[in-house]
Amino acid sequence: MNVESPVRVEDKLYYNRYLVDIGHPHVKVRAHTTPSPQLLALLKACPARCYELNDNGQVEITVDGCIECGTCRVIAEPTGDIEWSHPRGGYGVQFKFG
Amino acid sequence: MIEERFDAIVVGAGMAGNAAALTMAKRGMKVLQLERGEYPGSKNVQGAILYADMLEKLIPEFREEAPLERHVIEQRFWMMDDRSHVGMHYRSDEFNEERPNRYTIIRAQFDKWFSSKVREAGATLLCETTVTELVRDERERIVGVRTDRRDGEIHADVVVLAEGVNGLLGTRAGLRARPRPDNVALAVKEMHFLPRETIEARFNLKGDEGVVIEAAGTISRGMTGMGFIYANKECISLGIGCLVADFQRTGQTPYGLLDQFKSHPSVAPLVAGTEVKEYSAHLIPEGGYKSIPQLYGEGWVVVGDAAQLNNAIHREGSNLAMTSGRIAAEAIGLVKSRGEPMSAANLSIYKKMLDDSFVIKDLKKYKDLPPLMHTQSQNFFLTYPQLISKAMQNFVRVDGTPKAEKEKATLKSFVKARSWAGLFGDACRFARAWR
Ligand SMILES: Cc1cc2nc3c(=O)[nH]c(=O)nc-3n(C[C@H](O)[C@H](O)[C@H](O)COP(=O)(O)OP(=O)(O)OC[C@H]3O[C@@H](n4cnc5c(N)ncnc54)[C@H](O)[C@@H]3O)c2cc1C
Ligand code: SF4
Repeated sequence: MNVESPVRVEDKLYYNRYLVDIGHPHVKVRAHTTPSPQLLALLKACPARCYELNDNGQVEITVDGCIECGTCRVIAEPTGDIEWSHPRGGYGVQFKFG
Repeated sequence: MIEERFDAIVVGAGMAGNAAALTMAKRGMKVLQLERGEYPGSKNVQGAILYADMLEKLIPEFREEAPLERHVIEQRFWMMDDRSHVGMHYRSDEFNEERPNRYTIIRAQFDKWFSSKVREAGATLLCETTVTELVRDERERIVGVRTDRRDGEIHADVVVLAEGVNGLLGTRAGLRARPRPDNVALAVKEMHFLPRETIEARFNLKGDEGVVIEAAGTISRGMTGMGFIYANKECISLGIGCLVADFQRTGQTPYGLLDQFKSHPSVAPLVAGTEVKEYSAHLIPEGGYKSIPQLYGEGWVVVGDAAQLNNAIHREGSNLAMTSGRIAAEAIGLVKSRGEPMSAANLSIYKKMLDDSFVIKDLKKYKDLPPLMHTQSQNFFLTYPQLISKAMQNFVRVDGTPKAEKEKATLKSFVKARSWAGLFGDACRFARAWR
């Protein structure tokens, strides 16, 4: 069973507090023409749905809602598909409860 | 560059880092602690159950001051299929003791308090500072760190890596491997707010009594994983986690699982009408004993989740983090008191002390369980929960079928799903791994 989730992650992220470091994304996707299986897996595995397919079928990332879990790093850094760093000190998600 | 030289630099102000910094500062060492979050705890996620004993060893009077939620008097284990759960409860008034054994906590609030104790003990804390690199000398020893602040490089005799499960520094410096998809789980979690009285009524509690529920079964859709529901004073922590490798393999979404768990008929009444105030996610080390990396080297030690010191079977992590942080700090203190250098040979005493503690003993006990759970995930998390639930329903539903026939049918369903050899094999494998 693989039910497509009707859940809107955007609504969930809206609860959180972020300090977005404009112009300094901490995760980058390597330029590609056809996405690897690892990159494609991120479309589903990222809990903040930061990864999306663009019109040309390539995987893109928008880090603004990233909750810094590291899942994409574990999956796609070894293949060189992404570059992962922590946001600069003080930036990114700020959990009030955690 | 900060000209001052420190006895120790601690990277991270989580459970492990705070324990290490506190222990060293109390011994009069000059400690610098660096934390990338706006405040300690702002990047950290936990269930969360706090185990009193391990904190008591660090701060004996913590019960009077720490932001604790509820002391746990009841534990529920649920084995779930899509519409039901078979449960086990353990509730005891003995947990209403003078010095309770377990509490629920809210990590961001707890970490802030823990950190205030570290600073009271004399450590210097710099928040909003991401350490970007470890600094080596010409003999390849770790002698400090580089940060994203303008004043760059800072030196110390020893660096304590308490950077958590997704630690970049240790892996970038080649001190340990990057976590693999099959030895870390991704957990997603929400905080559900409700009036205190409603929580107490729903969970059958009075005063500061608390309940925790751990749940496994079809909620993880055949992946290796578990759900949890913990009662706090005015909110409920609810989450679910599965191995990253399983998410990768199945294409299930973490938020999809979370919402399905929330709407399960056994869970929905507990969170009906709540106001959600946060959605978080975090990795949990699940590889156990076999995934523990090298724990020390020339000028460095690694503690807590960064060293995969996490007991996924018992959902214990913060206590292993606190204990490894404390023990590493004690080991460093010993080396320093002898006036000796922080060499790998001298720091090896940390591993010896840790091997003698419950941290390594517990992880060793379960060394075969993580791979077993992973390779058998369909059976343990899908087939058995469904079978057990069916069996239970068969047992309690009164419909005129003779009991002997019912038992036969139940047994047949088990054998049909797993075969005699399968059932026997699973039982043996499980028993062997548990022993
Ligand atoms: C959903 C969930 C539920 C859990 N439930 C429980 C439970 O009920 N009981 C239990 O005992 N354990 C539980 N755990 C495990 C527990 O949270 C961890 O074992 C524990 O937090 C590990 O502590 P740590 O100090 O090693 O790492 P962390 O608490 O992750 O701390 C690491 C710190 O280092 C900082 N940091 C990292 N890199 C850098 C850098 N480069 N520069 C500066 N700062 C940096 C981070 O910001 C962070 O503050 C749970 C975990 C999760 C995810
Ligand atoms: S770190 Fe986690 S939340 Fe952020 S982009 Fe990667 S998978 Fe998504």
